[in-house]
Amino acid sequence: MIIAIASGKGGTGKTTVATNLALVISEKTKVQFLDCDVEEPNAHLFLKPELQSSEPVSIPVPRVDLERCTYCGICAEVCAFNAIMVGKETVLVFEPLCHGCGGCTYFCPEKAISEVDRPIGVLEKGPAGPLSFVHGKLNPGEALSPPLIKAVKKTVDPSALTIVDAAPGASCPVVEAIQGSDYCLLVTEPTPFGLNDLIIAVELLKKLNLPGGVVINRSLGGEGEAEMESYCRQEGVPILLRMPWDRELASLYARGEPAVAHLPAWRKHFAGLLEQLPVEIEEGR
Amino acid sequence: MKLAICAQGEGMKAQVDQRFGRCPYFVIVDSETGAEEKSVPNSGVSATGGAGPQSARQLSQEGVEAVAVGHVGPNAAVALQAAGIAIYGGVTGTVQQTWELFREGKLATIDQATVDPHHGI
Repeated sequence: MIIAIASGKGGTGKTTVATNLALVISEKTKVQFLDCDVEEPNAHLFLKPELQSSEPVSIPVPRVDLERCTYCGICAEVCAFNAIMVGKETVLVFEPLCHGCGGCTYFCPEKAISEVDRPIGVLEKGPAGPLSFVHGKLNPGEALSPPLIKAVKKTVDPSALTIVDAAPGASCPVVEAIQGSDYCLLVTEPTPFGLNDLIIAVELLKKLNLPGGVVINRSLGGEGEAEMESYCRQEGVPILLRMPWDRELASLYARGEPAVAHLPAWRKHFAGLLEQLPVEIEEGR
Repeated sequence: MKLAICAQGEGMKAQVDQRFGRCPYFVIVDSETGAEEKSVPNSGVSATGGAGPQSARQLSQEGVEAVAVGHVGPNAAVALQAAGIAIYGGVTGTVQQTWELFREGKLATIDQATVDPHHGI
């Protein structure tokens, strides 16, 4: 069972929801936490895992043997990302542009291309109290995060309930993080920006055929929320939790403390959220 | 030789464009006579990434030996050098005016990037 947390708009509270929900579930069953927001992973600040292993994650990039190369240019023609350029007496590989698809290697008629690993980030694992924790950390300046997200998701433990914390937005990194999940929570805020990006995220879930529900953070009621409510009703997407403005929550967040560990009211909020999820929990682990 | 000039439109009267990988057109002229050979849409315009290298490859296929630009990014600069295409900076006004400056030797050669990546997006 995999529950993904995504948002559309950034800064709405994905990690707050993901970490607190994971902790509440961990009281009942075995939970694995995957931080797939590899460009800016931050769940570790709240869950404080003891990271015991760190392994590099790489993508294969081409190396051209100029002795065998006839400068025919087929490699550059098949590359969808302009990562390889055949010059007059040299072949250039623009490694940061390469997506590691292997097309150039496959199509080279001279078998002049081999592949070497280019590290793009690291995968770190370790226990975080009762949780088993994994995250990916993309190297600074790196543009291509999906291969690293894929590596994080390969660690999914089918015997556990897995929580996936995705990146904001609705582009490739988010698709990579949430596809294959059983359910997706969309965290939003009742602002015009929040609604705009929620609509995009709901459209994405539809395309991926993923069931989902909405969590409204910084809920105040009022008009912005009425519009959001009517949108959700019209789309048939349930609103599962309204998180009220709470100075204490913000203060705990700023200190890197999960709310459910300190505030009984918030434990109740997240326990209530869990009850509405299509999750069957076998008590004990 | 064939000289490509980065332009916003087709023909000698078109305004030049300061960008290389994302300029809408290349106007290819005979560098000696100033006669327009053709105007080709820049295939790099719609590239999701690597516009510079893609445009350099296109010019190489067109048999272009020199390009007149406003600026080039780092990938474009090395790609053009690998393709054996000389880079001249300082385009201004129309394609016609830029060719005249080239003929008078008033365009400076460029041998490295003049702007950061993605400058012209």
